[in-house]
Amino acid sequence: MDLSAINPLLFVAGFLVAATPLIFAAIGELVVEKSGVLNLGVEGMMITGAICGFATAVETGSPLLGFAAAAVGGAVLSLLFAFLTQVALANQVASGLSLTLFGLGLSALIGQSYVGIKPPRLGDIDFGLLADIPVIGPIFFTHDIILYLGIALVAGVWAVLKFTRAGLILRAVGESHDAAHALGYKVKHIRTTAILFGGACAGLGGAYISLIRVPQWTEGMTAGIGWIALALVVFASWKPWRALLGAYLFGGITQLQLNLQGAGVAIPVEYLAMSPYIITIIVLVVLSADKSAAPASLGRTFHASN
Amino acid sequence: MTQPLLDLSGVTKAYPGVVANDDVSLRIAPGEVHALLGENGAGKSTLVKMIYGLVKPDAGQMQMRGEAFAPANPHAARQAGVGMVFQHFSLFDALSVAENIALGMENPPKMRALSQQIRDVSDTYGLPLSPDRTVGDLSAGERQRVEIIRCLLQEPKLLIMDEPTSVLTPQEVEILFKTLRKLSAEGTAILYISHKLEEIRSLCDSATILRLGKVVGHCTPRETSARDMAEMMVGSALKTPTRDSKEPGKVVLTLNNLSARSAHAFGMPLREISVEVRRGEVLGIGGVAGNGQDELLNALSGETLVSPGMLTFDGRDISLLGPTARRELGVLAAPEERLGHAAVPDMSLTENAMLTGAAREGLERSGMLDWAKARDFAEKIIKAFDVRTPGPGNAARSLSGGNLQKFVIGREVLQRPELLVVNQPTWGVDASAAAAIRQALLDLASNGTAVIVISQDLDELMEISDNFAALNEGRLSPTRPAQGLTVNEIGLMMGGAHGMEVAHV
Amino acid sequence: MIRLEKRPQPSRALSLSTPIMAVLATFFFGGLLFVVLGKDPVEALQTIFWQPIFGEYAFYYRPQLLIKGAPLVLIAIGLSLGFKAGIWNIGAEGQYIMGAIFGAAVGLAFYPAEGWYIFPLMVIAGALGGWAWAMIPAFLKVRFGTNEILVSLMLVYVAEQFLASMSLGLLKNPEGFGFPGSRNLQHYAPAHNAELLAGSGMHWGVIAALIAVIFAYVLLAKHRLGFAIRVTGEAPRAARFSGVNPARLVLFCLGTSGLLAGLAGMFEVSGPSGQITIDFNVGYGFTAIIVAFLGRLHPIGILLAGGLMALTYIGGDIAQSNLGLPAAAIQVFQGMLLFFLLALDVFTHYRLRFGAAEAA
Repeated sequence: MDLSAINPLLFVAGFLVAATPLIFAAIGELVVEKSGVLNLGVEGMMITGAICGFATAVETGSPLLGFAAAAVGGAVLSLLFAFLTQVALANQVASGLSLTLFGLGLSALIGQSYVGIKPPRLGDIDFGLLADIPVIGPIFFTHDIILYLGIALVAGVWAVLKFTRAGLILRAVGESHDAAHALGYKVKHIRTTAILFGGACAGLGGAYISLIRVPQWTEGMTAGIGWIALALVVFASWKPWRALLGAYLFGGITQLQLNLQGAGVAIPVEYLAMSPYIITIIVLVVLSADKSAAPASLGRTFHASN
Repeated sequence: MTQPLLDLSGVTKAYPGVVANDDVSLRIAPGEVHALLGENGAGKSTLVKMIYGLVKPDAGQMQMRGEAFAPANPHAARQAGVGMVFQHFSLFDALSVAENIALGMENPPKMRALSQQIRDVSDTYGLPLSPDRTVGDLSAGERQRVEIIRCLLQEPKLLIMDEPTSVLTPQEVEILFKTLRKLSAEGTAILYISHKLEEIRSLCDSATILRLGKVVGHCTPRETSARDMAEMMVGSALKTPTRDSKEPGKVVLTLNNLSARSAHAFGMPLREISVEVRRGEVLGIGGVAGNGQDELLNALSGETLVSPGMLTFDGRDISLLGPTARRELGVLAAPEERLGHAAVPDMSLTENAMLTGAAREGLERSGMLDWAKARDFAEKIIKAFDVRTPGPGNAARSLSGGNLQKFVIGREVLQRPELLVVNQPTWGVDASAAAAIRQALLDLASNGTAVIVISQDLDELMEISDNFAALNEGRLSPTRPAQGLTVNEIGLMMGGAHGMEVAHV
Repeated sequence: MIRLEKRPQPSRALSLSTPIMAVLATFFFGGLLFVVLGKDPVEALQTIFWQPIFGEYAFYYRPQLLIKGAPLVLIAIGLSLGFKAGIWNIGAEGQYIMGAIFGAAVGLAFYPAEGWYIFPLMVIAGALGGWAWAMIPAFLKVRFGTNEILVSLMLVYVAEQFLASMSLGLLKNPEGFGFPGSRNLQHYAPAHNAELLAGSGMHWGVIAALIAVIFAYVLLAKHRLGFAIRVTGEAPRAARFSGVNPARLVLFCLGTSGLLAGLAGMFEVSGPSGQITIDFNVGYGFTAIIVAFLGRLHPIGILLAGGLMALTYIGGDIAQSNLGLPAAAIQVFQGMLLFFLLALDVFTHYRLRFGAAEAA
């Protein structure tokens, strides 16, 4: 075993990258859940975003176009979920599962001809001198724009939820759809918008895996990150900054176990690889005592009866 | 006559199987307090939902100050000067008072300015309220103030109030009426929906009476007796329940310092409740909604278990027994919420009969269920309690509120309880069904069953209780004989006016 | 303007016919998908749904129907009990893996001993493995209120890693020339879940699946526990009022579904598959979710739905080799089926009304 092989600077920079897909998926799902909808299809939307982004980036040669396509792909898939739960009034748990199963199949189908290809690379932002600052430079100023966009998104969601009327209405709909309806708010429109936003975010997160983190396409490559993002929302008590913190925590763990695998630690690879999932469970257990922060209408179907 | 503020003519709204409003006409002048009177199901709610833009009429005209008025949604109605205080469902527990109010306004100012406005209005109209508190922590009376202030900030021309006093203590009703009179004097018209006749007589200038969706009369409440209005509303003379006077029997149920946490985040914990109930006694428990009624029923039915020694039934500690074990002993209950608690909405009446009847009616043998027997039991309930339904195979949801309530109460009554606990036995039920239910409870008591009636309807409690106590903030007042209690005394037992200093007057 | 209106009671006729309508819709849109992929839709559908049963080589494929259908039905029956009560075990795949590992481990531990008792012990071990794996989310939910959906799913990934570790380590065939994977149980008679009738596809797993169907049917229709499950799913408060203990129900539903999934894994590893390998699991645990819903959570429905899904697997394989239809297309096809089923289900509880718009 050779722990000195782990370069602390690369490790920290690496875990920022590992956390980014989680940030996108979790912040999107947070908004969806704040509106009172539980979308268990995050994994399906992420993997769809991953292949849409990958294919588009390969075909056009532009990673940024790829990310745009990923957002669209995730949103289009989430539209199916919105249709099932908001129009057809289907059970949200079952609909979310169907979305994940469907997304996994669809992505595998689209992705057949993209296996083993290298995608075009998205360059890091040039921060000029900032990147040369010792320690801080290599950690914080050597990344692509999407990573910073993820952090900005968290700040944006936080500000919108806390300070704006749109955020207030979104929270109100998630709190009591009957009351919101009685006051004349269009519950279904608001929820559908939130679902689409969640889909776009999950798509971006997926594309970050296939275009930057790995970067290549393999079937089922999201490997449960969408589900971990769902757990993160609970972990975060539906608070954006805590979701960011949680994403870094999990990004750190993922990166650490990868580094430990590389360093040839005496623990078998399989046990290291299962650690993020086990830690997710442990965190869920520790935090599940307090459910008071959950939106009161979460997971309930709304139908206006007169 | 001056131009009316609101003028409805020939308004009709039909739902499949029922005409909710049939050719309804109504006029309200500025500053008038107009009562809309009718039984549950008479069509009052549908009518005001149309005025507030939640429902569109199938036919008929609505005019506001002489101009056509057809609000597409509540936003449009609010802009036209209509404000509405709901009976239920329009507040957000987890949000603050100011946030709740902002949500009901078209163009709310910045939060800080809004908080100041809230303070101003609450001072002007004598409705104290702190803008920063979380609504879930407020009492029912305070929650209503949030809704009223939300409307007042919009400076409405017409204020609709849907059964506003059902959640208030008598003292709080007085305060509300003062506010409403002040508003009326300032020129705001008020459409006041209620089925409480004395209130209407003391507050309203005129009244429109609805029955089965049709206008059956107009009157001036101050000049009409309550009895006459009641007969217009119900359509026939009412039977008042009868009862035999009797000596109370021995104590069957003892609550000894019963305390329990609420299962719900914004629920009310029970605090050190001590009371005794005797055979043949009807104990009425009053109180404003949200003061521990649900929690008390759950603690008695066995849905919530309490610490040993807190509940003694017939000399036996039942604190740790679940609902089934308590039923076997004869402790039965009928919760307030019919759909989803007392009955399963999408299941048949046969299945709903099985729900609580399995143990005492022998519908189950070593885990296997006897559906034929359950069907017989359901048919027995339907027959004995005159439940209007095509048969026991119909879903609970398909029954009207009154019929389902008769089924739910009948299901427990027919199981010959030793102790029956009911919560809001006649809530949302038409007058004839309510009378039948009250009579059934009294008959049960005269046969020696101890009956606990939890209700927010004080008239009902005074009519059927031997003894009365009130729940307030999860505590139970001392028990007093129901006969001879004055409204003022009852009000003080219920805690006076919540959140106001006037309670000590 | 069209709007939905709640029916006074759920429609029985539609409840029975929506799965069929969903299948037809899936045929149509699945056909379109095949067109997009450049295949003849009629030929593709015919290959998938006709050939395995009535085609030239049906004698070979029909037994496959039982082999693929049995685990699906076995798992879906267990899942349906929980789904009915609103208890969501979506980690059957993990329980299936653990059942297989436990069952195989017991069998391999006896190698090369002979004895009639070995196979029954493996059955018990497999059931126990799946049950224990499902009791983790059950216990955490009861004790800490942890979300069983996420925990059961996380445990799938853990189980997959554990499977990899077992097939590379503890259970690796010592005579396997270093290749990953255990000894093949098909070559160890006392541990082999052999066909009961040669060439029929009928093995102990099929029998177990049929027993599970009957067991679930009686439970739901006639037994207190089944009634408790149904009431809890419809109205949890009413269930508590009637005397159902929600914690016990969670333990029962998750435990039973884990047990059945574990059995499915054990019968698979000791029979059709034969050995523990890294890619032993092929997603039966997830497909069973579709089977459970397609069967409307009803035991008989699940039996039929299991058959249909097995058909898509077998037909999909044929279409893959004959027409070059990608395997993923079948996955999409299955996902579509669930999608249409959920979408059409609305008509069981609601009906369409054409008329004046309500302000929404």
